[in-house]
Amino acid sequence: MAEGEDEDPGVFTVSWFHKKVLSKIRTEALTKSTVPEGLWCKCPACNSILYKAEVERNLEVCPKCSHHMRIHGRKRIHAFLDVEPGTRQEIGETLAPLDPLKFKDSKKYKDRLTQAQKQTSEKDALVVVKGLLRGRPVVVAAFNFEFMAGSMGSVVGERFVRGANICLEQQMPLICFSASGGARMQESLLSLFQMAKTSAALAKLADVGIPFISVMTDPTMGGVSASLAMLGDINIAEPGALIGFAGPRVIEQTVREKLPEGFQRSEFLLEHGAIDMIVDRREMRDRIACLLDMLMHHRDDEPHSGVSRRKNLTVSSSSD
Amino acid sequence: MDLKFLDFEQSIAELEAKIEELRHVGFDNDINISEEIAKLEEKSRKLTESVFSKLSAWQISQLSRHPQRPYTLDYVELMLEDFHELHGDRGFADDPAIVAGMGRLDDRPVMVIGHQKGRDTKEKIYRNFGMPRPEGYRKALRLMRMAERFRLPILCFIDTPGAYPGIGAEERGQSEAIARNLFEMSRLKVPVICTVIGEGGSGGALAIGVGDRLLMLEYSTYSVISPEGCASILWKSADKAELAAEAMGITSDRLESLELVDEILSEPLGGAHRNRHQTADNLRAAINRHLEELVRLPLPTLLERRYERLMSYGVYEDTAA
Repeated sequence: MAEGEDEDPGVFTVSWFHKKVLSKIRTEALTKSTVPEGLWCKCPACNSILYKAEVERNLEVCPKCSHHMRIHGRKRIHAFLDVEPGTRQEIGETLAPLDPLKFKDSKKYKDRLTQAQKQTSEKDALVVVKGLLRGRPVVVAAFNFEFMAGSMGSVVGERFVRGANICLEQQMPLICFSASGGARMQESLLSLFQMAKTSAALAKLADVGIPFISVMTDPTMGGVSASLAMLGDINIAEPGALIGFAGPRVIEQTVREKLPEGFQRSEFLLEHGAIDMIVDRREMRDRIACLLDMLMHHRDDEPHSGVSRRKNLTVSSSSD
Repeated sequence: MDLKFLDFEQSIAELEAKIEELRHVGFDNDINISEEIAKLEEKSRKLTESVFSKLSAWQISQLSRHPQRPYTLDYVELMLEDFHELHGDRGFADDPAIVAGMGRLDDRPVMVIGHQKGRDTKEKIYRNFGMPRPEGYRKALRLMRMAERFRLPILCFIDTPGAYPGIGAEERGQSEAIARNLFEMSRLKVPVICTVIGEGGSGGALAIGVGDRLLMLEYSTYSVISPEGCASILWKSADKAELAAEAMGITSDRLESLELVDEILSEPLGGAHRNRHQTADNLRAAINRHLEELVRLPLPTLLERRYERLMSYGVYEDTAA
């Protein structure tokens, strides 16, 4: 897991901020005490001080340097799907994790779960929602890295499979945004086997020609990378994401040499043939909608496809 | 080959050394001390029984990595006839950390695929300590597909610390190679029986571990991450591997209780390496038994059951139910 990206953005800038910014603008009104916490944040890549609301509007992409920061799964899905009310339906939201091994390290797994649940307001690390993408019914899954490093345990696997099953039954594409450190150690072999479970569900989709688009975001490592994330009909990565099987530190310790510049980043994967393309988060919706139109053309043309959106899209895109 | 003893077997080792010494004395002096030796042997057996009746997860983990533990090629030699090893992924290289080939198991032709560790230092390095690179998994997949074409049942033997974490392995798509195997193995149109014979290390093990049956030798382990790896992440110190091994429930009995394992194959007293013939005979009998069941299933049933089995993995609560 990457380190050093979790500093509290509220703390770091104070001295710099006072010197460079506050002194130039209305100091009397903007003293430290009147700045609401979390109004500003710093881009971890270019160190620019950014207005948080603007960053949020920009889908957590730095407006200055385009660095893609991590984004909550639910926020991502919200921005990705069409907004028309009543078109979304969450899948597997009633599932909650258990602790079959009564796992305890320095902390109990149960306590770690409770803490993560409080912190994220989610029951587990994957959110799956059925909705519309430019009018086309799709299922979207997105990991929450904040929830125990986006690790895949039984609930993540089951939610993913339920999403895939809806795609199978209703013949609609599946899209997954991964952000995960890998399998969840606290569920031991059960979580390892989620790799096989999710991959088998994807094989079913492939058998009947339902597209699966995998979008790897920062970071996609270990068991998630070595299962569902690498199995896209189209593999997409966000710019600069760390993607790989073994973590860079483990590799460094094993091979005892310095890792090459840009190792395991999206651009490196593109160069080595592991992914099809790198797509900016702000263009993701359009690019995927466009790709799906082509992948789904044979189904859309069928009289019983239930997708009447093909014409609509042509109309709306020509009027854009 | 001299028997090697692990730390927790020291009391047995001392007794065995004494027996060995007595044998030499008896041989030299022509004194009849066979009765004494028999007594000590009985004592050693009882001691071994008692030590082995209460092994910790960490001790079992050490047994699974015992330097004399039989490896895939040992079982191939003990169980199969007409074995022909097949090499290469046809794209990049042949990975010696995974061996594969065709042979006959009691007359039935089968495809065998397994991790392979090395015995001495030179061979250990050659076999990369049983840690495959992507080309190893791709060789495995190539031969599984071939087995499917020629209707050969597939036997997988799992024994690896994990997939190799190296620069080249990442460059050539370690993740994709593993993922692809999981994906394809879930729908292979021949019976697949996977047996953990030693260390079942994480995704590197699972990549040849999806099938219709999962068997485990009694003192083998199977886990999501090595005890050392887990300890260094969760306890911030690899020295806590003993605690991690316990917490993760990596032993065959714990995994059977989680309903992840179909059958545990008991090992000879003291572990598989104490009597490899007996271990191989047990293994052969079990595999034959399961194969008999599997080859009789109509293909759609075989595939359906494999899929259902994969879908059944996971323990969670459904508040809607």
